[in-house]
Amino acid sequence: MFKYIIAIVRPYKLDEIKETLMETGFVKGMSVSEIRGFGRQRGHKERYRGSEYVVDFVEKIKLEIAVEDEYLDKVIEIIREAAKTGDVGDGKIFVLPMENVIRIRTAEEGKEAL
Amino acid sequence: MMVSTALVMFMTFPGLILFYSGLVKKLSALNTMLMSIVSYAIVSVMWFVFGFPLAFGKDVFGIIGTFSDIFFSHITSLSGSIPIILFAVYQMTFAAITVSLISGALVERIKFKSWIIFTVLWITFVYIPLVHWVWGGGWLAKLGVLDFAGGIVVHISAGISALAMCLILGRRKDMRILPHQLGYSVVGAGLLWFGWFGFNAGSALSSGQLAVDAFINTNMAASVGLLTWMAIDLIKDKKATVLGAISGSIAGLGAITPAVGYVNISSAFVIGMISSCFCYTAISYIKPKFNYDDSLDVFGIHGISGIWGSLALGLFANPIINGAKGLFFGGVHQIIFQIIGVSVAIIYCFTITLLIGLFIKRFFGLRVSREFEIKGLDESEHEESAYEF
Repeated sequence: MFKYIIAIVRPYKLDEIKETLMETGFVKGMSVSEIRGFGRQRGHKERYRGSEYVVDFVEKIKLEIAVEDEYLDKVIEIIREAAKTGDVGDGKIFVLPMENVIRIRTAEEGKEAL
Repeated sequence: MMVSTALVMFMTFPGLILFYSGLVKKLSALNTMLMSIVSYAIVSVMWFVFGFPLAFGKDVFGIIGTFSDIFFSHITSLSGSIPIILFAVYQMTFAAITVSLISGALVERIKFKSWIIFTVLWITFVYIPLVHWVWGGGWLAKLGVLDFAGGIVVHISAGISALAMCLILGRRKDMRILPHQLGYSVVGAGLLWFGWFGFNAGSALSSGQLAVDAFINTNMAASVGLLTWMAIDLIKDKKATVLGAISGSIAGLGAITPAVGYVNISSAFVIGMISSCFCYTAISYIKPKFNYDDSLDVFGIHGISGIWGSLALGLFANPIINGAKGLFFGGVHQIIFQIIGVSVAIIYCFTITLLIGLFIKRFFGLRVSREFEIKGLDESEHEESAYEF
């Protein structure tokens, strides 16, 4: 029925992803948070007054989007295209099954609440 | 003079507090700021209760001034065209920034209350006597030691005392410099550079040719210091760094300070350039070798540049500028006087600061607990935080 997408992307790619997604109309809303972490890319080097330090965590943006199953593939494709640079550290998209969604104000559930 | 005084005030608050706080981790940003702010306020009071008369009052055997004018009860006269009270405020701003400079070596681990006690004791037993000896007509001044705007009095005293204190305090769990907001430091460095014109040119005590020489020399040394540090970064690591650039400017400013009213522009160029080389070496090679935790490199930048600049005065002083004759202009005595001045300042500041530090450690404790160090000093010492997340 629904899927919950968690996408970890480069911070500067956020606007591009959001604009492309909103243009399609498949997505009605999203949550965004600033996070830090690492994947295979690991951390990065910083240099202060001649000393080199490895910073373990890299700044990323976490996008959380709920979509209906029928739009899932399209939404994933849009995020993947918009977030891609081709370099290490472009991020990941996780797809989770979602049981229900409830709008707090009206108590609507499922598709109506999305 | 009043403008210069305001400029030097600006160096501490907000110049130094921004410079330092940007370089620390974000959980101790406010504590780092408050250390300088509280010192400024303490010195502002101390200086008018007894500091200025002891430093600049009637000389007693070349050692110290007298208590005759505590609370400034009788001082209303002029010294030349400058009201003595204005000169006293000007000097107060020097005392305040000097003790504040030391805080950079101790951040992220010293108890705030102990820092307050340190400020009072250090100004009383280290700064005031040294100022009297060099600027207040004391024995070093009588000997012929020169220090135009504070190479010995400000930078050596702060740098060496910082080293003594960080040796007593010990190392932090995480000794790395990981600036939480390097942009603050860039703004802070700019304000320091700006204020330094009041610091150096103001020390001419009038706005004539000498002040202009000092003004130009200040800007030259800072610029060359910045470019030299950047060149070293580029040669060594292939990339210029922002922190390197601003560190180089401070290295140039620190070194030119004692010599600024005695040398010509070309000498200011050389002094700034060599200062960055020395300071870079101290921070990149000497500090890791001996593994002391001078958090923000107060000894590495202010101490080293102050020592170099004070000695450079003895080499580069041009008699046309202000009478003093350095080695390269045929004078031999000045370099000897400078070596004596620098040596005395190093030994005196290191010893007395060590005693003060050990005294505070014994009776009040110096360091916050391991847990508080990890939590950050903003929360543990002040129950405040600079950032929500």
